[in-house]
Parts: sequence; structure tokens; C-alpha cells
Amino acid sequence: MTTPVLQVEDLRVHFPLDEGLVRAVDGVSFDVHPGQVVGIVGESGCGKSVTMKAILQIVEPPGRIVGGRILFRKDTGAPVDLTRLSPKSAELRAIRGAEIALIPQEPMAAFSPVHSVGEQIIEALRLHERQWRPSGSRLSKTEARSMTADLFRSVGISMPEERIDAYSWQLSGGLRQRAMIAMALSCRPRLLIADEPTTAIDVTTQAQILNLLRDLQRRNGTAIVFITHDLGVIAQMAHYVVVMYLGRVMEQGSVEQIFHAPKHPYTRALLKSIPSVTVTPRTLLPTIAGSIPHPLGRPRGCPFHPRCPDAIPGVCAERVPALRPVGPTQLASCFLYSPDEAAES
Amino acid sequence: MSALAPAVSVTAEERVSLASSWRLVWWRFRKHRLALASAFVLLALYLVVLCPDFFSTQDPEATEARLAFIPVQRVHFFDGGRPGPWVPDVVGKRNPTTLRMEWRIDESRHIPVRFFVSGYPYHLLGIVPTRIHLLGTAGADGRERLYLLGTDRLGRDQWSRLVHGTRTSMTIGLTAVTFSVVIGVLLGGISGYYGGLADSIIQRLIELLQSLPTIPIWLALTAALPRDWSPQQVFFAITVILSLVGWTTLGREVRGRFLALREEDFVLAADLAGASQRRIILRHMVPTFLSHIIATSTLAIPAMIINETSLSFLGLGIRPPAISWGVLLQEAQNIQTVALAPWLLIPAAVVILSVLAFNLVGDGLRDAADPYSQ
Amino acid sequence: MTRYVLKRLMLLPALLFLFSVTVFAIVQAPPGDFLTTYVATLASSGSSISAEQVEALRREYGLDQPVWIQYLKWMENLARGNLGLSLEYQRPNAELIGERLVLTMVLALLSFVFTWVVAIPAGIYSAMHPRSPVDYVLTVLNYVGVATPNFMLALVLMWGAFAYFGVSVTGLFSPDFVEAPWSLARVADLLKHVWLPAVVLGIAGTARLTRVMRANLLDELNKPYVTTARAKGLSEWRLVVRYPARLALNPLVSTIGWYLPALFSGSLIVATVMNLPNIGPLLLRALINQDMYLAGSILLIYCFLTIVGTLISDILLAWLDPRIRFEGG
Repeated sequence: MTTPVLQVEDLRVHFPLDEGLVRAVDGVSFDVHPGQVVGIVGESGCGKSVTMKAILQIVEPPGRIVGGRILFRKDTGAPVDLTRLSPKSAELRAIRGAEIALIPQEPMAAFSPVHSVGEQIIEALRLHERQWRPSGSRLSKTEARSMTADLFRSVGISMPEERIDAYSWQLSGGLRQRAMIAMALSCRPRLLIADEPTTAIDVTTQAQILNLLRDLQRRNGTAIVFITHDLGVIAQMAHYVVVMYLGRVMEQGSVEQIFHAPKHPYTRALLKSIPSVTVTPRTLLPTIAGSIPHPLGRPRGCPFHPRCPDAIPGVCAERVPALRPVGPTQLASCFLYSPDEAAES
Repeated sequence: MSALAPAVSVTAEERVSLASSWRLVWWRFRKHRLALASAFVLLALYLVVLCPDFFSTQDPEATEARLAFIPVQRVHFFDGGRPGPWVPDVVGKRNPTTLRMEWRIDESRHIPVRFFVSGYPYHLLGIVPTRIHLLGTAGADGRERLYLLGTDRLGRDQWSRLVHGTRTSMTIGLTAVTFSVVIGVLLGGISGYYGGLADSIIQRLIELLQSLPTIPIWLALTAALPRDWSPQQVFFAITVILSLVGWTTLGREVRGRFLALREEDFVLAADLAGASQRRIILRHMVPTFLSHIIATSTLAIPAMIINETSLSFLGLGIRPPAISWGVLLQEAQNIQTVALAPWLLIPAAVVILSVLAFNLVGDGLRDAADPYSQ
Repeated sequence: MTRYVLKRLMLLPALLFLFSVTVFAIVQAPPGDFLTTYVATLASSGSSISAEQVEALRREYGLDQPVWIQYLKWMENLARGNLGLSLEYQRPNAELIGERLVLTMVLALLSFVFTWVVAIPAGIYSAMHPRSPVDYVLTVLNYVGVATPNFMLALVLMWGAFAYFGVSVTGLFSPDFVEAPWSLARVADLLKHVWLPAVVLGIAGTARLTRVMRANLLDELNKPYVTTARAKGLSEWRLVVRYPARLALNPLVSTIGWYLPALFSGSLIVATVMNLPNIGPLLLRALINQDMYLAGSILLIYCFLTIVGTLISDILLAWLDPRIRFEGG
């Protein structure tokens, strides 16, 4: 077993709002190994984005990390607990962009509209120059431009030289996303965080982007944390899957286990609700009963129990199940699989 | 809802979804404490506007050179431990060199302040003749004097003049903005909704007017007013002048809104459903930005007030014997005079207070009316 | 974009012509003319003037001609660069206006610099630390600053300086330098006096600008590109200044061209109160006395400055925001 690049242990992120305390992330743990793609999947509001932001310490105030650890192994091999670093510290800023890079959700809004895309990539290159090029002279303008052109080429952007001076709103959706990926990869990070990178683009482009990501990942050996609500994308991309709901992990395991042998009722319901071409026409699409509760109105006990078809009366409404192994590398938090826990009262 | 629908208890969420947009705006406005407090201040000021004579203690135009530069008689609320408002008396002495009366405060003599006193005659709301004033002293012989804010060089009571000035200044602000809004919405609407030639003409007009330097043009226009016009005519003329240039910003905004709204799907839907143009405009398009207009107008009033005050201060706006804040501040133009009688600067504080209140209310309204703000 | 600018520049003379007619009409609108006021002033001070003398003066000044001839004469002179003669001062208008115009511009420029140098950093700081004590203090100051007309501030400051320090803060020069020719010493004296009027003139604008900058920046700080920049590893201050501040500034820059002319006109009242040798007080007197060529010329100068200012702001905005450049054609 290789040592993980990233180890998230019992992460808790809370938002003390005027109306009450929102436990956006309430005890999430998973590991990311080098070269591995970990997919975090869940409905809106389940806390997957906040988890991602916590890793980079860019959670918006008043959100705060209130518990847990995030261990990151830098290039040198030494682990550092990211939660201990102050968000404004130089150490964290050195990690951001150079060792852990972000591919944000909407490339249109994520690029500055008044700077060219090339300018923004060169800025990233210059910022972390000392890290990816410890010795040697400072990056010259021509060098920076040629590096950017190479980056563009590697992500499949045609006419790279011309595109350097383009603005993000002049590019098509697919090109924009590729440029964003180029910027994220510019300093050769060990870990990529992709925040719903395919949500804002159409299906054909989506396929291209996913292929690109897979390709790059295989070539460079980058680990990826892939956040999405699309199970289809997870099936294509991920090696390991984490299913979240209302800030807690419902189930996690390898992609085969999750898709072929889901244990948690929530995972099962999610998989059932994927529309399929093979189903008899004119049958109702299966849905999950009820709707996601308001973040301030979390149910007692297991967060999913009000909508769970297999809820155990008296147990699931009272206590929160812990994440327990239910297979070789599979974990689920459900009282159905820990009868001894359920029996305790 | 049919008459047979059972009475159901309405949850908070449903109340929100059922409330009309005005209610929603009111609820959100209520949360802004500062804006709410300012709204009360404005309400109080406009109460004074309704009937300034009731709040005055003396005839604001009565001059008596003998009573010049009486200092402020500060109101004390407790007389020897017992509640009861009183002011110290003033004592006058004739200066042997300048032969002018000089007044100073005599703390030893207390003059009680009474409510609903009989004073100089006036017409309540312009119709009912009466002599009742809110504040005053008991002595009808005039020996007991009440000058809450002192007097100026002509012996005129500053408090009463301030009260009357409030009426003029705040009314001008309101009416000038109302005119601006009417013109702006009308012309902006025509321009945006119909487009074409009307749009081009109105656009050019707006550009022209906006290229004019406002204050110099106002100066020129007000200087052009004949000197022999009555105060009412001057008042009306000033209002018109102020609003003539002020409508352009609103006109532009309204035009922009109409242009954008014309392409909206809901307008198309209304049109396809057979609604008349007037109905589409009034019932579908205008309500979407009506609250915005109200918020912007509220924010425009203080600018008008400041403009009128400035013009009158220079002697080109409201002219004596009419009273406005600017006219009052004219008395404070001479530094030596002000050094002798600093209470002449008090109208400045009232100007700032009212402008502040309008700004806060306007901000509160704008935030409450914006459906996209938090 | 050059096409757009050229088009606007070509319209300039037409606009000025239109304004000149408007301006002249307004100046001539009050009944009577310069001589009526002149005679009245003479009468109130005790002296008098015979009717024949008045008629002679009227013919000499050309006041007996119909209005449109007076206008044409003015235009004719303007075309030759001659601003006409002041009836009251009996000196060429260009002379009267000249130095005052320079001083007006200096005052406006200094005020402008003060405003932007103070307001932008204050606005950025406020937006980066919302609801902090400093932010509250600044907000209160801003509200009061916007609510205070600048001439009132001038009044209060002048009274304060006089009442408590016995200092008179009027004028732009010490008594020895008022009529002196230009020298380094005179400039130094000017700088010593001009900062107070510049600050007074700029307070309301500074307050407004800080508030707008704060609001704009707060809006931008929530946007995704800020998160991306932060995730890239930029330091807070640098990323704020480089990205959202730049975008928050755009709508403000478009107001620059409009702001300078506003400073010119706004300085009028402050100049009257503080007794500054600006073109403002000159205009005031000219309007009251119906010194038509002087008033007309000054008004035309104001118009010209306003138009040029608006053009500058449009150009600036297009230059700063490439979106407008490309979409505007």
C-alpha cells in the first residue's frame, strides 16, 4: 500500500449563522492515494463542496474548521496538517496552486474577465516559480509564453499561441474548461481538486473533458479528488467513491463495490433513480421520497432516516450510526449493518 | 379560493409565499433598525411640515431690533428635583458705546415652559383660525420670553424660523423629486418601450441635458427669475428648475429597464394572451422596478434639499421674506457674526439630520426592495 | 473605438453652439440689462446718473441692439478667440477669467486627488474587513460626510478656526501674495492655503466614493474568480488589488470624467463662502449684474469642460474594460 497523498480524518466544518449553527461537514474521513481518483458524490447541500474548500482552507467565513485533521504529504514526503495552517500563511499559499490545485466549477466566472487567460496562467507560473524550478534564472516573458503554449497544447487547445491573449468570455465552454485545467496543472501539483468540472458544459464536451482528465492523470500520476452529483461521471472517472449526505459519509468504497454492491439504503436509492434506457417505457421514474431537509432542520439520529425505506424504528431516529466496514475496502454508516450497535440502548 | 375551503393554519413559509410584494418589502425594511429609526425621524419632520405654526413659539417674521442676538435658552427638564420643563430668563443691557442691546442668560430666574399655549394667531392647516401653539410661556405680557434657539440680528426667533424653514425646504425636496420622477418615468418609458424615433430624440435630449454643468445652469436660471415675483411663484419656479435637470438619470434607468423588459418572456406571454399595451406596461412591466424607482427617488430627495439650500444660501433661490434652511444659513455667512452668535449655525445640523435620515431610509428601501439581495 | 471617439469629437462644436444659444438666452432672460442694475446700484449708494449718460453708455456697450445681434457679436468675437469685455470691470474677460480659471482647476484637481487617494484604500479596507470597528467608524463618517453640503462644512470650519484659534481661513493667498506675480514662493503660499478648500470640497465625494467602492468590492469578493485566485496561492492583499478591486473600480472610473466638472461647479459655492479667487464667484456676480459676455463665456467654459469630461470618462471605461471595447465595436 502506498502512503496516501491526502488523509482526511474526521473533518468537521461548521457555519455559525445568525439563524443557527449549520454543520456543513460533520465527520468525514477518506484517503487519497497517489495516482488515484476519489469521487465525492451527493446531492446539493451534502457538504461536498465545503469539504473541498476545507482542504484548501478557502471556506467562506463565518465557516470554520472545528475539528479533524487533513494530512497532506508534500513532495518531500513530510506530512503537514492543513487544518493547523492559518489560511493567510505563506506555507499554505505555497501549497495552494503548486501542490494542490483547484479546477473550479464554472470556468466562465472563475477566470477574471479583464485579464487574458494567458496572463492568469503566467501569474500562477511566476507565483510558484521557486517551487517547480528551485534553481535557475527567473522566468522570462518569452519562456512564460512558450510554457503556457505548451500547457495549452497538452490539454488539447488548438491554436495555442493565439489563445494565450484571449479573454475567457471569447472562448467556448469546452476551451474555457481546458484552459482552466491547464492553469491547474501548470505547476505540476500532486493533488487536483475538481469541483464539478463538467456541470456547466454540454454532454459531448463533457465526454472530451473527462477523457482529457483521465489521460492527464494517467500521464502525470496526479491524484484527483473529483466532486460531482452525477453518478455517471463517477462511474467513468473514479477509483474510489465517497457518498455524502447532509455533511456525513453514508458509504464509501471502491467504484466496483459501490456500483455493484451498494450497502447503504441511500446509495441504493441513488443508483435506482438513474434513468435507464432498458426499463419498460411509461413506468414512473423512481425517486427518493421526501426532500433534503433545511440545513438548520437536521433530523435527529441518522440524517437520512426520514427518507429511508429501511429505517429501523426507534433506532435510526435516535442515534447516529458510525462509519463501519461492511466489506474489504467498503464502509457504510447504517444500523442495518451493525446490529450490535442497533441493539444498544 | 372557494368559500368552502376549510380554514387552515398558515405556516410561516406559506405566509411568505402568499404575501404581496409590498408586504415583503415592508418586512425586510423593518429589519433595518437604523432605516426604521430614520423613517420615524422623517415622519416627525413632515408632521412639522403639515403645521409649522403649531410648533412655532413666535411669529417667524416679527422683527424687533431690540431683541437681536438673544442666546439660546437651554431647556431644563427638572426644576429643583421635580419634573417640569423650564428655561432660564434672559437679561438685556444696553451697551453704552454701540447703543445696542446685549443679552445674556440669567440662570437665577426660571421661566416654566407650558404646553398648548395661546400665542400669535394663525390658520391651522390653512383653514381653522386658532391661537394654540405647542410650546410657550405663561406670561401673556411678553415679559417672559422663550427663544429656544436664540434670535438673529433682526430679533427674529430662530426656532420658529427653523420650523417654517423646514416646511419650505422639505416640501421643495419632495415636490422637485416627484416632478423628476414623473417626467423621468414618462419620457424614459416612451423611449424604452416604443424605441425608434421617439427613443432617439429623447436620448439626445438626455445627453444634452446631462452635458450641462448643473450648478452654474441653476444659478443662471434662478438669477433669471424676476425679482418681483411672489414667494409662491419663486417656490414653484425653483421646484421646476431643480427637477428639469434631475429627471435625466432616472429617465435613462427607466429606459434601460423598459428596453430589457421588452424582450422578457413574461411580456411576450402577456402579449400573446391578448393583454392591451397599457395593461402590459402598467401591470406587468412597471411593478418589477417600481420599488427600485421609489428607493432611487428617496435617495434623490436629499440631493434636491442640498441644492435648494445651496441656491438659497447664495441668495438665488428662495428669497426673504420666505424662509428656508438656505435663507437661514445666509445669516451665518459672516464669520464675525457667527462668532458672536454661533447658534445661527444650528440650521446646518437640521439639514445634515434630514439628509442623513433620507439617505438611511433610501438605503433601507433599496435593500428591502431588491429581490436579489440577502 | 477610435471611430466612436472621433464621432463624439465631431459633435463637440455642434453641442457648444447649441449651448451657447441656450446660455446666452438664459443670461439675457431677466428683464433689463446691465445698465439697469448699474443705475440701481448707483441710486442706492446715493449718486445718480443722467438719462443721457445712460443712453450714451447703452450705445457704447451695444446694449441698444436687439438680442440676436448681441449674440452674433459675441460669437464673432469668440471665433477670433476674444471672450469679450466685462461691462462691470471694464477689462477683457479673458484677463479676468484667466488666472481664476487656473486656480479653479488647481483646486478641483487637488480635491480630486485627495478624494481618490483617501477613498479607494478606505473602501478596499472596509470591504476586506466588513463589520470590524474600523469599518463601523468609516461607515458613520461616510454617512455624515455625504449628508453634509460642502459649503456648510466650510462655514463650520471657518467659524471654528476663527472662534477658537482666531485664524481667518479665507482666500487662497496671504495678503502679500494676492496680487504678486507668479513665483516659487507664491506657489508655496498657494499650497499652504489650498489644502483646506480642497479637503472641504472633496469630503462629500470621498464619503460617497468610499461607500460605493466598499459596496462594489463586497459584491465582487463573492465571485468565483476570487476563489480561484486564492486557490492559486495569491496573498489576500495582492489578489484583492489585482482582481476584484480592479473590477470594482470599473464603474467608478466611468464617473471620473463626470466628477471633474462636478468639482468645478461644486467649488462655486465653497469659493463664495471662503472667498476664493475662482471663476465661480465671478460667475455669480456676472449673473446678478447681467454682465452678459462675462457670464456667457464662463458658462460656456463650464459646458465645454463638462462635455470633455464625459468623453474622457467614456474613453477610460472602454480602455479599462475590454468587454466594452470588443462588444462596442
